[in-house]
Amino acid sequence: MTSITENADPRAVARSGTDQMIALAGMTLLFAVLPWTGIYPYFVMQALCFALFACAFNLLIGYGGLLSFGHAMFLGTAGYISGHAAKVWGVPPEIAILLGTAASTVLAVVTGFIAIRRQGIYFAMITLALSQLMYFIYVQAAFTHGEDGIQSIPQGKFLGFLDLSQAMVLYYVVLAIFLFGFLVIYRAINSPFGEVLKSIRENEQRAVSLGYRADQYKLLAFILSGALSGLAGATKAIVAQNASLTDVHWTMSGEVVLMVLLGGLGTVFGPVVGAFVIIAMQQYLAPFGQWVLVIQGVIFVVCVLAFRRGIVGEIAHYTRRSL
Amino acid sequence: MAINTQALMAQLLVGLINGSFYALLSLGLAVIFGMLNIINFAHGALYMLGAFCAYFLLNIFGIGYWWALILAPLAVGLVGIVIERTMLQWLSGLDHLYGLLLTFGLVLIIQGIFLAYFGSSGLPYDIPDLLKGGTNLGFMFLPTYRAWVVVFSLAVCLATWFLIEKTRLGAYLRAATENPTLVRAFGINVPLMITLTYGLGVALAGLAGVLSAPINQVRPLMGADLIIVVFAVVVIGGMGSIMGSIVTGFMLGILEGLTKYFYPEASNTVVFIFMVLVLLIKPTGLTGRAA
Repeated sequence: MTSITENADPRAVARSGTDQMIALAGMTLLFAVLPWTGIYPYFVMQALCFALFACAFNLLIGYGGLLSFGHAMFLGTAGYISGHAAKVWGVPPEIAILLGTAASTVLAVVTGFIAIRRQGIYFAMITLALSQLMYFIYVQAAFTHGEDGIQSIPQGKFLGFLDLSQAMVLYYVVLAIFLFGFLVIYRAINSPFGEVLKSIRENEQRAVSLGYRADQYKLLAFILSGALSGLAGATKAIVAQNASLTDVHWTMSGEVVLMVLLGGLGTVFGPVVGAFVIIAMQQYLAPFGQWVLVIQGVIFVVCVLAFRRGIVGEIAHYTRRSL
Repeated sequence: MAINTQALMAQLLVGLINGSFYALLSLGLAVIFGMLNIINFAHGALYMLGAFCAYFLLNIFGIGYWWALILAPLAVGLVGIVIERTMLQWLSGLDHLYGLLLTFGLVLIIQGIFLAYFGSSGLPYDIPDLLKGGTNLGFMFLPTYRAWVVVFSLAVCLATWFLIEKTRLGAYLRAATENPTLVRAFGINVPLMITLTYGLGVALAGLAGVLSAPINQVRPLMGADLIIVVFAVVVIGGMGSIMGSIVTGFMLGILEGLTKYFYPEASNTVVFIFMVLVLLIKPTGLTGRAA
């Protein structure tokens, strides 16, 4: 049976370090100069938040082989908590983001403990159901303001001196947060922990027989993924200055799956590419209303049927590199 | 706490009706999963398609409820057969998760098209004349249509159970689930059986859609939230046994109905909370074999 990731090419592993370093440097440089090209900085910031979200999701499915269909709960929870902290408690933005991330981490510990009790298809259904549970809780909770969401969240001064109400300052803070999250994930997948995770994905029984506690590795991957999704959600709330039910709804969980699938499951840079393509598509196709959903559905179907490596996965395959 | 029998019974009836839909849908999911190894995310969207079929039949062709009860599931089954032949069959041999992803894409397509044309508000569908009104049982008022939905769903569930567990065709089906290669060697057309199984599974969803049209109105998003609850039902019951799906479906409907009466704030979440409890106590599900 073909595994969910077809993007692991052993020929490429030996030189993957150099290739990926060059790609990483290129990506950083591109993002550093992007706001000077006349492109709307808020669009890039939003896309960077989703890119981090997608990278965190990819850590779980691409390297752990676990398909979570409820990742919106981490994005949304962190958004609500950081928004509430910044607006109602009046804490500075860095503390708000930390609190949001911490809340998602705690949620990931609890939901991960429950969800890893079943595998494969059941894992996907359980995470979806848990995220729907969180959705209904947020619909009823007073602090989320139901359908309205938390509006006009103050941006404040990051670390006391970076005024986030200025677009350029906000942009580089967001970029720094994105790069931090990206490097954490990059480090994790290239560490002994990442290697064990991949071996569990390929053959869980064998990994267990070698003495690895598969459940603990899966739980740790789930928590790390949930925490970084939270970081993305908290940052997004500060950027967009609102936190709403959209971010906890199951359609958001589906969207991040689509980003990663389109970019390339199990590739390092695929989720970033996928997130930018999907966010750009939503931006440009917004006038078509509900047809955006239909187009996303078509992309899903085409990706699954004919394009399972994704954009970066195809590039990596033809250039025989690991990206 | 004084118990208001009228209100309690009314909520129990609502619970039984929801339970009927859970049972019909989770039954279809289990049958499909057995043969195709795919979790059909599109099940909720096809349930919605069944309800819209009934609506179109009535408003465009003037064909009423009773014919819709036969024609709509046939139409949805046909759509399912096309989906299986053109898309799902290419996924055999791949990881199960791709089936989930593909059918999720189908949900976005089907739901998006209906949302674009009909918006998110509900369209009315009248209860057929024969089933209008109700009976006063003394302790409660029983609307005829609601009683019909529960009885008819139960009959369809049991008929499906009989078909799969007790007939020759069902025996082939169960054998093909266990070992498709061997069954093919006996000269049985397994790919055709797989296609028909998917058709049957989604036809049950279409039938549930027709049954629900007069109760819940016809809306593009009517299947979206339902399918997630049905997933939780499937996790709780496990997909190993047909009877297990039916019993779990009805049981959780009743649990939801009771919650609506005793603690309405939790009525949306009770099934999910119950799922968490089951996973903590008996991770393989109530009736299920391990997946």
